[in-house]
Amino acid sequence: MRDHPLVQLTLARMREFYREPEAIFWVFGFPLVLAFALGIAFRNRGPGELKVAVLRTPGDSAIAVALDRSPALVAAVLDSAEARAQLRTGRIALLVVPGEPIVYRYDSTRTESRLARLEADEVLQRARGRPDVASVRDERVVEPGSRYIDFLIPGLLGMNLMGSGLWGVGFSVVQARTKKLLKRFMATPMRRSHYLTSFVLSRLLFLFLEIAALVGFGWLMFRVGVRGSLGSLALVTVLGALSFAGLGMLVASRARTIEAVSGLMNLVMLPMWILSGTFFSYARFPDAVQPFVKALPLTALNDALRAVMIDGTGLLRLGAPLAIVAGWGAVSFVVALKIFRWR
Amino acid sequence: MAAIRCTNLVKRYADVVAVAGLDLTVDAGECFGLLGPNGAGKTTTIEILEGLTPPDAGDVAVLGVRWGGSGAADRALRERLGVQLQETQLADKLTVEETVRLFRSFYRNSHTVDQVLALVELEEKRGAWVGKLSGGQKQRLAVACALVSRPELLFLDEPTTGLDPQSRRQLWEVVLRFRGAGGTVLLTTHYMEEAERLCDRVAIMDHGKVIALGTPTELIASLGAEHVVEFALANGAGHAPLPEELAALPGVQAVRPAPDRTALTVTAVHRAVPALLALLERRGAELSMLATHHATLEDVFVSLTGRQLRDA
Repeated sequence: MRDHPLVQLTLARMREFYREPEAIFWVFGFPLVLAFALGIAFRNRGPGELKVAVLRTPGDSAIAVALDRSPALVAAVLDSAEARAQLRTGRIALLVVPGEPIVYRYDSTRTESRLARLEADEVLQRARGRPDVASVRDERVVEPGSRYIDFLIPGLLGMNLMGSGLWGVGFSVVQARTKKLLKRFMATPMRRSHYLTSFVLSRLLFLFLEIAALVGFGWLMFRVGVRGSLGSLALVTVLGALSFAGLGMLVASRARTIEAVSGLMNLVMLPMWILSGTFFSYARFPDAVQPFVKALPLTALNDALRAVMIDGTGLLRLGAPLAIVAGWGAVSFVVALKIFRWR
Repeated sequence: MAAIRCTNLVKRYADVVAVAGLDLTVDAGECFGLLGPNGAGKTTTIEILEGLTPPDAGDVAVLGVRWGGSGAADRALRERLGVQLQETQLADKLTVEETVRLFRSFYRNSHTVDQVLALVELEEKRGAWVGKLSGGQKQRLAVACALVSRPELLFLDEPTTGLDPQSRRQLWEVVLRFRGAGGTVLLTTHYMEEAERLCDRVAIMDHGKVIALGTPTELIASLGAEHVVEFALANGAGHAPLPEELAALPGVQAVRPAPDRTALTVTAVHRAVPALLALLERRGAELSMLATHHATLEDVFVSLTGRQLRDA
């Protein structure tokens, strides 16, 4: 059993991987660093206090005091030149020019500025005696699942499956080809299918470590849970890993040099890093490109991962994205086998 | 039965004819050498015989089997071969033992790891990473991976190129032991000394063809004389003797003038050298170098092609 070629080839794959410290970092360390940094940077604290300024003119101090009293605003009195500079560079969200009428100067495309304008107007109108006509009550919700980190962790998982699938398979294959190791194997009775399968097997074995690292980290640091079943999560990630291993095989099927394969990898991965909704929702892209974006394997995988982790969707209702993921993998693998350069 | 028989082998690449109608027969149990300069077509030939490169024309039978019959037939033939390729770099991050174990797993009938490491004397490097081995050790490991299949026929493509003399002799011992135990070897080399030391028969290749074939002794004997006298002159211009004068000296069989030195193939050094010195004295020529050696395969190559083996 231990001396079965498939076992030995898979062992060789794994040894070559875990004896390479850089590879360990890029597969395990890097996503954790990214999750940590982004989780801290975008932790839910609301818009916080908004900085606004009042132009230094007669009547400025009364307005500044009124604005400052609002818990949402911090107000300062500034000279004209200084105020303009700070508004331009975004250090203040809004400039209030006292007078009749009161002028609000702000960039209406910035969310913060529009919030500051609403809040400032509210404060100033009330200060001049406008009554509230309806009675209202706020209920605040801070629910796990709706935070940025909840969105981010499944996206990072998908991105990691793509990266390690493409690099893990593509790089090793091309390296074996440039070192003429592939040709040497061809001079033995080794079965080609054993060679290719060993990549898939070693990917699957490392996959569980990758998932455990990222999901475990998300839970410990940010309490990002898995609402669906762990079985569903495992199945979706296995499918994703297989699909990207197939894509990696395809990318590496002809390339003769590391440079060539690196270029191809980036060509394949870069569009998906941007378009597939890893760091922000792909709904932001125009409607015209949505069908293209949704047909990408990483988009489908991210959708499926989020559905399982955030919404707790069952596998049966994920047919469409899973079919896209599986389709990419199967087609890539078949084409790769056909055009593979064995020497 | 011949271990290898190939007739009229042809292989063309885009702009060169690498093998141009080659016939070769290697008998079972012999060590056969393909000797020739870089670019003579040795590697292409050996890779066709190994079933790695399909020929454009010609017929190849290895251990009585033709390549390309079926996947199973090719694999069955590969079970019986041991192959070392010229440019293979084994994985740096695997140990010697792991590498051998990996290659071993491809074969049904194989040596144990211990046996094959003993064959190439790498036992004490068992746990070392391949990347940490010396050039000679790496090459012995490559041969170990070829020997692990208990091959009937061993292919070695320039097994000692770039190795220091001691590593080279260690590898020769491995080959000689394999051959001594009844194995057949086909090796390529551009070291004549290696061919003379290891090979029962040698084919000298140039431009994709065999230009001479025989035992090293036969090939050297074909020069008609066993010794070579080389000399160079300090004041060559105007004082150098004519080739006809040199050829007429007692015991001289052939004259090969070259820009930097002149070589004479001679039957008896003790008669040719005094005569040569007397001739040079008469012409007023002054020697800057005079050397004699036993004729080698290098001299055979030079006499056949007019070029040196190393820089041809």
